Amino acid sequence: MIASLHSLTAAELAARYPATHPVGDWVRAHLAPAGAFTVNALIALALTTVFVSLTALFLVWMERKVCARFQLRLGPNRVGPFGLLQTLADGLKLFLKESFMPREADFFVYHLAPLIPITSSFMVFCVLPFDHNIQIADPQGGLVYLAAFLGMGVFGVLLAGWASNNKYSLLGALRSGAQMIAYEISYVLCLLLIVLASGSASTRDIVLAQQGTVLDWWLFKLPGCGALGFIIFIISSTAELHRAPFDIAEAESELTGGFHTEYSGMGFSMFFLSEYANLFVASGLGATLFLGGFLAPQFGFGPLDRALELVPGCVWFMLKVYGLVYLYMWLRWTFPRLRVDQLMSLEWKFLLPVALGNLAVAAVLVALGWLLP
Amino acid sequence: MSALESSIVLPPGFEPATDGREGEAYYLNMGPQHPSTHGVLRLVVRLDGETVLGVVPHPGYVHRGIEKMGENMSVLQYLHHTDRLDYLSSLGNSLSICLIVERALGLGVPERADYIRVILCELQRIASHMLWWGVFGMDLGAITTFFYGFRDHELITQLFEEVCGARLTLNYFRPGGVAQDVPADFLAKVQVILEQTRRSLDEYDRLLTKNVIIQERTHGIGVLPAATARSYGCSGAVLRASGVDYDVRKHDSYSIYDRFAFDVPLGRNGDCFDRYEVRMREMAQSVRILEQAVAQFPAAGPWRSKELPQYKLPAGSWFRWVEAARGAFGTFIVSDGSLKPVRIKNRSPGFSNLSVLDEIARGAKLADLVTILSSLDIVVPDIDR
Amino acid sequence: MSQHAPAYPRRSLARYLIDATKSLVTGLGITGRYLAHPKEVVTREYPDNRTQLRFAERFRGPVTMPHDEAGEHRCTACGLCEKACPNGTISILATRNLADKRVLGQLVYHLGQCSFCGLCVEACPFDALRMSHEFELASDQKADFERVLNHKEGR
Repeated sequence: MIASLHSLTAAELAARYPATHPVGDWVRAHLAPAGAFTVNALIALALTTVFVSLTALFLVWMERKVCARFQLRLGPNRVGPFGLLQTLADGLKLFLKESFMPREADFFVYHLAPLIPITSSFMVFCVLPFDHNIQIADPQGGLVYLAAFLGMGVFGVLLAGWASNNKYSLLGALRSGAQMIAYEISYVLCLLLIVLASGSASTRDIVLAQQGTVLDWWLFKLPGCGALGFIIFIISSTAELHRAPFDIAEAESELTGGFHTEYSGMGFSMFFLSEYANLFVASGLGATLFLGGFLAPQFGFGPLDRALELVPGCVWFMLKVYGLVYLYMWLRWTFPRLRVDQLMSLEWKFLLPVALGNLAVAAVLVALGWLLP
Repeated sequence: MSALESSIVLPPGFEPATDGREGEAYYLNMGPQHPSTHGVLRLVVRLDGETVLGVVPHPGYVHRGIEKMGENMSVLQYLHHTDRLDYLSSLGNSLSICLIVERALGLGVPERADYIRVILCELQRIASHMLWWGVFGMDLGAITTFFYGFRDHELITQLFEEVCGARLTLNYFRPGGVAQDVPADFLAKVQVILEQTRRSLDEYDRLLTKNVIIQERTHGIGVLPAATARSYGCSGAVLRASGVDYDVRKHDSYSIYDRFAFDVPLGRNGDCFDRYEVRMREMAQSVRILEQAVAQFPAAGPWRSKELPQYKLPAGSWFRWVEAARGAFGTFIVSDGSLKPVRIKNRSPGFSNLSVLDEIARGAKLADLVTILSSLDIVVPDIDR
Repeated sequence: MSQHAPAYPRRSLARYLIDATKSLVTGLGITGRYLAHPKEVVTREYPDNRTQLRFAERFRGPVTMPHDEAGEHRCTACGLCEKACPNGTISILATRNLADKRVLGQLVYHLGQCSFCGLCVEACPFDALRMSHEFELASDQKADFERVLNHKEGR
């Protein structure tokens, strides 16, 4: 970490934001190291499974509710209060549906494909810092790990399209492959920008590097570059998520369902689940990198700051994440879709050079220490 | 059939390729169940990657033989069947038949009925274009526009329910006038709709017309040259977007359209954006016609001239076309002097407009094909009849 | 593909970016405004609002035959409605009364064939038929689509 960026020393940071959670500490205090490691891992696994499933269910409901309101509708309101259980009911229906496989589809690959994106979303959840002590793992190369597993999701899409023996699926998969490869570059360049600025690839360190007021968030602290990086991040992560206006892989008015045209029942729900889990991950990443993650927003005004500090970090994290989720939904339900070649030109001819230039400028700024105070 | 065989047998409508791209090309079947074919139209597309090499439309999935049915019933009975052709401009369809019967039998139309007809026809043009606008946005991926289009379309539909007794299959025009007088608050409601339409048009402009993605997706896509448009018999906004100045209301005027001042919006390039814009400007012109019609509306008077027990056309043949929302809708009736016509033929704008698809979609991307199809604004029951 | 060179004005990149951003933000503003205004919601919750549903007076539902207080209808079995119908929806089954006068036995209305055009009502010189406002017509009973409109024979 670049010491000059921080008002607190490493020791002070560790004291203020302890990295271990009381539950983990308790397990470690009562069990031998190997046993404690296993038990903690199992707790983490169970929590992640429950959290990812619930989050995906909630996000599906939220998307339907939010898009309904954009479209002058009410959205689901029959099953449970405010229709909250609608997704559960739909999930149950999908669970009970026949898993249909087209003739001459590749049996093994066809059934393997839906598992890949959901696996990668689960893996990525491990490094998201929900709070200073709620994070399953904090590897030093957290962002590298993250980029690797986010990139893995495309294999599921590609394999699904190939194995389905359907031209729509294949077209969707090819589009998706080209799109993911292209937008991954500017996506990773955005991650690199933050690594450059905070001097660490660990997600926790990146959040802690943004201490101070709101202006110390990377969105503002890197003059110009942070905001530009954030915009590029939003654009490229929208593309990574296959959400409108970059949803050419599914493009229902062209390709009916894109790569998941031939999937029904559980296969389809796996794709669906991972789509929304990834939405959460992308928003969480945006919050972590640019919006100070679990840190409470501080405005340099004593009483207000102290009051905001009282709110736990995980609440702030969730608020920021859902703010970004809402932004993604807003974009999706407003804009028309780009054409596949326009999508490619946008990335290769515009976003990539801009992201590279942005990174270069940021490098100069960081080297000269020209950050906002 | 094995995969190998099916790759050798060409889909109907395609000749073995002579462009040397047979190796790379493949065939994609779009429809009859496909989100963007607006009903049950089947398109067989020859593609090279994402590039369209050729399109063969296969209409006929909702063929009901309406014209043949018309030969077995009186013209009055046939009237309501035409509501089921182009259901979004059903009044235009029945108007063409009413005009024929009126000319054949020398029936006059009371002035009030003429105004009612014009007001309803123009309202329906606006409603149809609004719906098209919503669907166009949806075909390009902006699903939300669909609901805005339908919201405004709904207002007009409700007025139709009050005036005509139905929301879609109106069956309101009769030879010599209209079926019933309009309700007392008719003009007030038209005013409300006009007010809302002006607001909506402004909103449509800001939401979609000026949107950079829409402009990128439609500029220079599906260019239809004026000569091609003429030779295929295109009509309506598709023809006028190519710069051909022909509007049946203006150039072969019927009813009382010659009493109103309105412009015929023309395009310059004949691409998808021009077709889009021409329709948007047509809505504004319809509002203009409606304003004048409401101002001149006769306060009282008959709404139907003498009702005949039977509408028996004298022997001979008649043709009349009108400017429906999608273009020139014509009816051709051959009569031998009996109650039932010998032959009825409807000239639907959608059929001619669709036939130009292959010509203008070649070389475009698959996504453009959807845009082009949407910009042609087809209604499949109108094509299949 | 393009025979005509599109004549759209070429803009500088900066101008283009500004216009593009402006157009996108305007779009977001419109959808955002609807999100913030719940009153704009147009959904009507149909099965719940059954009691508040209002139909236009002229709404054309299935054909009915009004009966007066004495339970009498006005049909004379003249058959004009049967002739006026384009679809053969109405079958007049006439009978003879004690005075050997032709009267209505049954007016069978084949709802499944009806296209709700209203020509029968217009054709009736005695005002014996009406179009009702009934609209929930779905049924799994075939018998529901064959209705006898008169309650008793004509006199």
